Amino acid sequence: MNNNFLILLASVAAILAVASTVGFILKWRSGAAGLNGTVENLNARINAWWVMAILMAIAFSVGNTGVVILFAICSFAALREFLTLTNTKAADHWALAVAVFVVLPLQYVSVGMNWYGFYSIFIPVYAFLLLPIIASLRGETDKFLIRVAEAQWALMVSVFCVSHVPALLSLNIAGYEGQNLFLIFFLVVVVQSSDVLQYVWGKLFGKRKIAPRLSPSKTLEGLVGGVLSASALGAALFWITPFSMLQAAGLSLVITIMGFFGGLVMSAIKRDRGVKDWGNLIAGHGGFIDRLDSVIFSAPIFFHIVRFFWDVH
Amino acid sequence: MEILAGSSDISFLVYLTTMFILALAHTITAVRGNWRGVGPVKRQRVYFVNHNSHGDFVLVWTVLPANLRANTRPVAGSDYWMASRLKRFIGQSVFNAVLIDRNPETRQADPVEMMVEALDAGDSLILFPEGTRNMTEKVLLPFKPGLFHLASARPDIDMVPVWIENLNRVMPKGALVPIPLICTVTFGDAMRLEVDETKQDFLERAEAALLDLSSDKSNSMD
Repeated sequence: MNNNFLILLASVAAILAVASTVGFILKWRSGAAGLNGTVENLNARINAWWVMAILMAIAFSVGNTGVVILFAICSFAALREFLTLTNTKAADHWALAVAVFVVLPLQYVSVGMNWYGFYSIFIPVYAFLLLPIIASLRGETDKFLIRVAEAQWALMVSVFCVSHVPALLSLNIAGYEGQNLFLIFFLVVVVQSSDVLQYVWGKLFGKRKIAPRLSPSKTLEGLVGGVLSASALGAALFWITPFSMLQAAGLSLVITIMGFFGGLVMSAIKRDRGVKDWGNLIAGHGGFIDRLDSVIFSAPIFFHIVRFFWDVH
Repeated sequence: MEILAGSSDISFLVYLTTMFILALAHTITAVRGNWRGVGPVKRQRVYFVNHNSHGDFVLVWTVLPANLRANTRPVAGSDYWMASRLKRFIGQSVFNAVLIDRNPETRQADPVEMMVEALDAGDSLILFPEGTRNMTEKVLLPFKPGLFHLASARPDIDMVPVWIENLNRVMPKGALVPIPLICTVTFGDAMRLEVDETKQDFLERAEAALLDLSSDKSNSMD
């Protein structure tokens, strides 16, 4: 376990070091020609990746509690971004306060307690029914359905879906005891590298636009190249998972495709609200949700497939 | 760092409170300064800001770099900030506010004179020209004449419009708990009183400059 952890840590650090070196050379070469937007953006992204990798490494060293707390903080930041773009009114204040300061902590406490029976239904059932009740008590009917639906979406996307990443720790897989952190590593690395590889393949070979209205930069070539190369990476990582190489490839295919559509859906929401990014928290990456959208859509599906086929319950 | 220099207990308490308030503001609002007009440089200014919430000047203060923050004093109503020991400590010791009495019947000193005094001491000011918190559906209330009197008294100091977006949604009137939402603080271009400009013209120009920074420029009912 510790050996594998160190190997993975060193690999991630090496890849980021190569990326930083390339970024530095590009910056140095374009230096004379003045500012280059793409290179600046690339370097900002690489620096943000370093921060994310370091935070993940710290959380992993702390152990399960560290990971649960890290993703609870991610949920908080994502919820803050999501609620900013909603039609909330002063009349929703108590409902939103409950969502942020009661629902979010309870969800992560139950994830930390491995209480599957609670965390898998708390937001879809209890929060779903409770929040509109609180909102209705103020008697403000204007845009009521829009407001409660947006609040529920905010919780589902930012809290429920994100919490399924640390929920992987509660799976009970025979012969894989104490190694669940690697499931998180597998999910995050495969999905996030799929994002990067789709971008790279699209820049190199992209011709046919897939969703010109939603996300003009997404191309068929980028999608196919990115998804297949990230799935190959996932297959190559099979040795840290309870899966065979073929199974790892199949699961990678599912989560990278879910990740792609997650990006598409979240783009549609951004277009609807007339914004380019969800926030300004991470330099070069926009907001938290801009970076997390693919993980948000793949985590619950990955969790349930693994739970259904591998978990002894 | 200047704030660390003092060695007495009170300055440590001020430092702790400052850090706590900054951390709270960042956690709840992830606030970013958007220096669209003027830049964050050390230069004496009067920042005039839209006013929806008691937290307004905290946000302006949060996005100012530390070296500017130390010399920037909010102008606030003494009726609110003298009301309890805690508020007095925060208002006077932490924010170093210029506390003015908004009631002409009871006031002992002229508010404009107090602001001029602070400017003459070299400090910058954070001012709410609407005079009171805007609780209406309108985006901006008509300005009180204070901003004009200040500009007439010290016409060579830059007046900078500053628009705070979203804080009224974080803490609506009467709310006890803040809702975390992303806020922005946008700084516009500096303006000064022009020669022969009337009070009405100047105030209208200042209102338009501030409104121009908001996302909803119509200033109509919601």
